[in-house]
Amino acid sequence: MTFDYAPAPESRAIVDIPASHGLFVDGRFRPAADEAVFKTVSPASEEVLSEVANAGAEDVDAAVRSARKAYESWSALPGSERAKYLFRIARLVQERARELAVLESLDNGKPIRESRDADLPLVAAHFFYYAGWADKLEHAGFGPAPRPLGVAGGVIPWNFPLLMLAWKVAPALATGNTMVLKPAETTPLTALAFARICQQAGLPPGVLNILTGDGATGAALVAHPGIDKVAFTGSTEVGKAIARTVAGTHKRLTLELGGKAAHIVFEDAALDQAVEGIVQGIFFNQGHVCCAGSRLLVQESVADEVLAALKARMSTLRVGDPLDKNTDVGAINSAEQLARIRELTEAGEAEGAERWAPECELPSTGYWFRPTLFTGVTQAHRIAREEIFGPVLSVLTFRTPQEAVEKANNTPYGLSAGIWTEKGSRSLWMANRLRAGVIWSNTFNKFDATSPFGGYQESGYGREGGRHGLGVYLDV
Amino acid sequence: MSEPLPVLKTYKLFVGGAFPRSESGRVYEVTDAKGQWLANAPLASRKDARDAVVAARKAFPRWSGATAYNRGQVLYRVAEMVQGRREQFRAEVAAGDGLSKSKAAAVVDAAIDRLVWYAGWSDKVAQVAGGANPVAGPYFNLSTPEPTGVVAVLAPGGSSLLGLVSVLAPVLTTGNVAVVVASERAPLPALSLAEALATSDVPGGVVNVLSGTTAELARPLAAHQDVNAIDLTGAEGELATELEVLAAENLKRVRRPDPAEDFASAPGTDRLLGFLETKTVWHPTGV
Amino acid sequence: MTCHYARRYARLVTMSLKADPPTAPTPPAPPKDAPTPAPLADVTASDASLRRFLHGLPGVDAVGLEARAAALGTRSIKTTAKAYALDLAISMIDLTTLEGADTPGKVRALCAKGRNPDPTDRSTPPVAAICVYSDLVAVAREALAGSDVAVASVATAFPAGRAARAVKLADTAEAVAAGADEVDMVIDRGAFLAGRYLSVFEEIVAVRAACGDAHLKVILENGELATYDNIRRASWLAMLAGADFIKTSTGKVGVNATPANTLLMLQAVRDFRAATGRQIGVKPAGGIRTAKDAVKFLVLVNETAGPDWLSPTWFRFGASSLLNDLLMQRQKLGTGRYSGPDYVTVD
Repeated sequence: MTFDYAPAPESRAIVDIPASHGLFVDGRFRPAADEAVFKTVSPASEEVLSEVANAGAEDVDAAVRSARKAYESWSALPGSERAKYLFRIARLVQERARELAVLESLDNGKPIRESRDADLPLVAAHFFYYAGWADKLEHAGFGPAPRPLGVAGGVIPWNFPLLMLAWKVAPALATGNTMVLKPAETTPLTALAFARICQQAGLPPGVLNILTGDGATGAALVAHPGIDKVAFTGSTEVGKAIARTVAGTHKRLTLELGGKAAHIVFEDAALDQAVEGIVQGIFFNQGHVCCAGSRLLVQESVADEVLAALKARMSTLRVGDPLDKNTDVGAINSAEQLARIRELTEAGEAEGAERWAPECELPSTGYWFRPTLFTGVTQAHRIAREEIFGPVLSVLTFRTPQEAVEKANNTPYGLSAGIWTEKGSRSLWMANRLRAGVIWSNTFNKFDATSPFGGYQESGYGREGGRHGLGVYLDV
Repeated sequence: MSEPLPVLKTYKLFVGGAFPRSESGRVYEVTDAKGQWLANAPLASRKDARDAVVAARKAFPRWSGATAYNRGQVLYRVAEMVQGRREQFRAEVAAGDGLSKSKAAAVVDAAIDRLVWYAGWSDKVAQVAGGANPVAGPYFNLSTPEPTGVVAVLAPGGSSLLGLVSVLAPVLTTGNVAVVVASERAPLPALSLAEALATSDVPGGVVNVLSGTTAELARPLAAHQDVNAIDLTGAEGELATELEVLAAENLKRVRRPDPAEDFASAPGTDRLLGFLETKTVWHPTGV
Repeated sequence: MTCHYARRYARLVTMSLKADPPTAPTPPAPPKDAPTPAPLADVTASDASLRRFLHGLPGVDAVGLEARAAALGTRSIKTTAKAYALDLAISMIDLTTLEGADTPGKVRALCAKGRNPDPTDRSTPPVAAICVYSDLVAVAREALAGSDVAVASVATAFPAGRAARAVKLADTAEAVAAGADEVDMVIDRGAFLAGRYLSVFEEIVAVRAACGDAHLKVILENGELATYDNIRRASWLAMLAGADFIKTSTGKVGVNATPANTLLMLQAVRDFRAATGRQIGVKPAGGIRTAKDAVKFLVLVNETAGPDWLSPTWFRFGASSLLNDLLMQRQKLGTGRYSGPDYVTVD
């Protein structure tokens, strides 16, 4: 007899998914002007979850007009009143956290353990944190009377659908802006559930409008002359296109884009925790994380030891049903993303890197990819340079701290980096030299509402979270 | 007895701590507000711009790695040097910007004061822009501002010294390195400031000064993949938009021009904070 | 993993190990009269070499360790897996009474409970051992006659361990003479914290010799060692000295077995086997009172040391009230109804 964990699925019954969803404009749900719709599927089963309105240019225009109209009164409200709306939202998110977590796992494919223990608590924390800022902005270090920018347009990705919504909506609204938000095409459902929460919170119509749609909807929103601010999280390629779109306008821009983070393990590291950190760094959320520690730089003297431990640990990862409470790695979000991961991993093999993945059975339907690592990777390989955005780790070695820094910084990205060493001075020396916006030292993939997040170079600009996250929504 | 014939100055570029002529061999005529010839200035080329970026990148580790105290001392030293050449700058500013002697004097004095103001910021900005974040867990969490890197600075056209100092000093005090495109119409104060910088313990390459046609120099700088940020203050209208589009290719941080910017008034902190990256470091706290 | 840990440790001594594949099966245990396995023999040659070795072990990041333990604590063990885990947990219990007020009557009652934990359900497995003070070993031995339940005795001036070595050895010898199958000794924490590692080592070796054929469990008293680095070092020290089991605690101080410190000790036995081929058991003790807690510990075992440790031979719970909660959960699983304290025996 062995200790095989019996299936432990979280109940789906807690969430009632309507068969169709409208756009959330001016405080109510309505179909797209041209009545266009698209389907959203569960990536774990390819089952159609719901039909969602596809917003076109006319809908974008209506939403921006609604937000503009709402801006007059919203920005004029005392900060203490805006705060109370956001506190209400935070509480409602907490009340419905389990339901939202299940919905997120269904629509996104991420394990319920993560949506329940990471995404949702962070969403609530973000609203609590920025709610508290709304009536203290004059003390935030942005001058005595900071002003909101106007109407903000938010375009968010599919990897942390509700959390990315929170990262945009909470600071935008706290600072007195109104917003039009476009969730990702493959993960619209929690944003629409959030719209319902806004209704329950009594948020004035137009303060937040949510437009579901595809890339064209996002492009129309970003280009709309009626918005004053664009906040985008997504790929570097799209980020650059947006930067070109807003060039020469008055629109402010923040971008949270891709990354290819170095995760550096020194020979004196706390190895058991480092191995956990590596696993957390690349397999959290199936590696669909812009700050994922996708490039493991391990000191050559401990490379064999670390790799052996890592492989043993990877063999215990439980891949499968996102709603099973014991699942560690869920489904890849879409067929398109799965194809990209396959393409890059095949390139890795073709370029001579050695591929390894633990034995594990994958479900027969849905989009799946085994946790994978590549050894024998060099800086020249595509899998060491391009963002894979999947559960794939490239392993490189280094000999000296200086070499680790040089290799780590040898990328156009600069979002995050990790360092494992028990030597404090070395850790700080490394942290000083790594060109990245978030440095995790003896930990990885930690997030907090109070902690600024954002990148250097082609990982984007602006910060989300913390006091810094206010500045990008204020006219300073 | 008549005045002896003055020795005229040959104005040169400032790249990597040296004073080269433009690699193109070109110069252009610089005149005062009334059209009187003042001097020939180098008409720098895109290759000069490229060389300047290389020099700046090379200088970045040392300058950004210097202590903030040291950078402040160096910038204060620049103020001392400008003070020592006050008369020369007064003449160049009066001619270049078309100001009366007394107004030019006031502008030079303001430029000196501005250098002193920014010099003092070097070791304070991290305390104002950074700080501890009280995360909900057993972690030490600290955000600190770091310099963005190589900044291309298009100096304002209409304020050849005070405007230049106002855009350059905040870039330097925070640890960035600069490639400056001087005022096209009035480049002489910028080229003279380079001489002050060269004698002020500013390491070679930290500031590089190019004179020439703003559009010709700005395009390659805006498109350069090894430039991290661009200040478009000296670009206007269509050119600014074109440069911003070029800058998107490697996601340079862009400061758009503000025609209403008044360099005579007290600066806020926005230029100081404009070319900084916030780095947030996490570390567990446990025994 | 594991052979590569061996490489790390081998570097510190003069002998090198042949590299086994990561999934190597358990090699046969070395003979009992060689407490320190041959590959690591030089480690204990002097105080200095022992110190170098223990301080050369990888550090432990407390936050990361505790986060991993907490994450494993979220595993949801249901239905068939739960039935398996409950029975396994019962069979791993060292059912314990260590009170000043212990009497032969109390011990006999406990023995009866241990042999036959649930009178209403004969399919319930017996516990692994009954754990008592050395003066009550004979009573337990008699009460357990004819059963597979072992007699474990605490010894060596338990729980403080503050007595002369001769007294500790006499305590041990008396327990063994009275019929103890297993001896739970305490290490000299004072000597450990003072850095006198070789003294701690030698004492364990001496107690082990006094044990004869009895199994030796070495109590580290994690709560007094205070840091995870110390717990890792003490684990290795005890294993090098010939412990059959390493045990978290006496149950008599503020901090006893925690998921994190047990996880750490599971890593230690995993690495020790990889380095030496010898498998050592782990016993968390103190503070584990609910079935839910016990199942969490089994998850730690399963996902850290691995399934090889999922047996009473290699993992024990030092507990008293835990048993009744396991029995109530077991009844619930069998009947579908929640049980209550009146449906299990008070002993």
